[in-house]
Amino acid sequence: MATITLDKLVKSYGKARVIHGIDLEVRDGEFVVFVGPSGCGKSTTLRMIAGLEEVSGGEIRIGGNVVNELDPKSRNIAMVFQNYAIYPHMTVRQNIAFGLYTTKLDKQEKNRRVEDAGRILGLTPYLDRRPAALSGGQRQRVAIGRAMVREPAAFLFDEPLSNLDAQLRAQMRIEIKALHHRLGTTIAYVTHDQVEAMTMADRIVVMRDGHILQSGPPMEIYDDPVDVFTARFIGTPSMNILPGREADGRAVADGDGRLLFGIRPQDLLVRDGAAAADALELTGTVTAVEPLGPETLVHFDVAGQQVIATAPARAVPEVGSRVSAQAARSEIHRFDRETERSLGRRR
Amino acid sequence: MTAATATAREARPLPMARLRPGRIVTWTVLFIGGVLMVTPLLFMFSTSLKDAGQIYDLRLIPKEPTLANYFEVLGDGRFLRWFLNSSLVAIAVTLSNVFFDSLVGYTLAKFRFRGRQFIFLAILSTLMIPTEMLVIPWYLMSANFGWLDTYWGIMFPGMMTAFGTFLMKQFFETVPDDFLEAARIDGLNEFAIWWRVAMPLVTPALSALAIFTFLGNWTAFFWPLIVTTSSELYTLPIGLTSFAVEQAIRWEMIMTGAALATIPTLIVFLLLQRYIVRGVMLAGLKG
Repeated sequence: MATITLDKLVKSYGKARVIHGIDLEVRDGEFVVFVGPSGCGKSTTLRMIAGLEEVSGGEIRIGGNVVNELDPKSRNIAMVFQNYAIYPHMTVRQNIAFGLYTTKLDKQEKNRRVEDAGRILGLTPYLDRRPAALSGGQRQRVAIGRAMVREPAAFLFDEPLSNLDAQLRAQMRIEIKALHHRLGTTIAYVTHDQVEAMTMADRIVVMRDGHILQSGPPMEIYDDPVDVFTARFIGTPSMNILPGREADGRAVADGDGRLLFGIRPQDLLVRDGAAAADALELTGTVTAVEPLGPETLVHFDVAGQQVIATAPARAVPEVGSRVSAQAARSEIHRFDRETERSLGRRR
Repeated sequence: MTAATATAREARPLPMARLRPGRIVTWTVLFIGGVLMVTPLLFMFSTSLKDAGQIYDLRLIPKEPTLANYFEVLGDGRFLRWFLNSSLVAIAVTLSNVFFDSLVGYTLAKFRFRGRQFIFLAILSTLMIPTEMLVIPWYLMSANFGWLDTYWGIMFPGMMTAFGTFLMKQFFETVPDDFLEAARIDGLNEFAIWWRVAMPLVTPALSALAIFTFLGNWTAFFWPLIVTTSSELYTLPIGLTSFAVEQAIRWEMIMTGAALATIPTLIVFLLLQRYIVRGVMLAGLKG
């Protein structure tokens, strides 16, 4: 196991700089998820840690040693790729053992590790099959097995669940998290899926345009996003953002003013009756409803802006009807309209 | 038989009803093409079973078939020698092409280095030069290096081809980089990545390249004719012509030799026919 430290890390392609001097420490045994939209630099950062991309500036340290100039194989890390990268001409057993191809372990030890990985990942019945005879989830487990047998200092995952369907993705999320608990190895994991980030990470690193916007435990980022981008990126459905102002300590989302109010759909509740004095009340025409079972998402139009609120499961309003939704003052995030930086919440 | 299947069978159109005019034309053209291709082969085998007196009797099934020609050809030590020469040349050139074309193709497809595009275009440009133009430089080169009338002299021009390099480069470009990077992280060196990971992933292309190279060299005539002078170095196509020159065109012998010469190509075809079809399709798509 090892700590991974990024110190003023820079990556440039010619004159184009894509990573702008980021600093980060992934602690020993920590599960850190890099999340952000396509092109934000998260995969490039991971590939630099792996040694698959040259570092243009700054330092990468693994276990305290600077690894900038080391080959991937000398960094004692293992990586799992989006498209599994398991070899179709080899059996599952050979694929998993391939991770030990260059090690000096004796055959017995290699076999033991392969069998152990197969058992832990539920692949024992499939060890002599070819990847073509496996499902997507099983193939991804083979890729993880190949990484596991090397007993590396850290695992790097590059969007490993992107090719799986929703159900398998959910299952693999749990399996990878359980594996992390079991092995305790440092993990750096890249995804563009904020659900993966929220459910798996000890710490989330939100990236955009080659910068780290925020780094912290999932609930901290969810509860206290540093800017509008992070606020909208983390949480589903995305946070509603409405321009407005404050009057007498109350949020007024009338489109004027120098503030942006952010309200998560889960905190904006469709209800009749008078709102609390300091609550924000929005009224508009329903444009769509999404019954989810336990609750219903209600899309409605407030002065030309689409807003999403939550209604109780059985109270599904008609499309075209008027609804009112209220958010408690403590649930309203405030952002500077110009810089889009967070100004916190009034508790 | 259940009522349902009986009904289904009745509902199926009769074969004649499926004979649309377009399909009849297609089948007719294919049939004529098939006959045109198979007839010379049949006559070759037929002639090989005739004695010298019957060869101008053009019936397909010989009146008095005989295997005497086969005994005579196989009994002639030269034929076996030519057969082995052809085998040696075709196998060596094929192995060389599979190795070097794929190595260069892989390098051009998967590594970024200065001059990569120039090298690729330079290799490609040699495809535009007809063999006839190259023969004189090859000959002069062979003469200068002392390669005339040697196995190496026969083989060297074909040891690596621009077409093979181009074909393999195109295929290696379809191999996802993730495979190679995963192997790199697992600690393999670049040669091992090429040999153990990339090569097995392009087996259809390698098979196609091997088949085309083998067949091309097995039947090669022009360059071996020029570069060889002693009969013990002749390849089969050159050797067979000596039946014509030395023994006043013994057609039955030539046809017997040719019939025997088809055996390796038939074996290659029977063993690898699915790769040949796939390879031709792939070469058509990618090459």
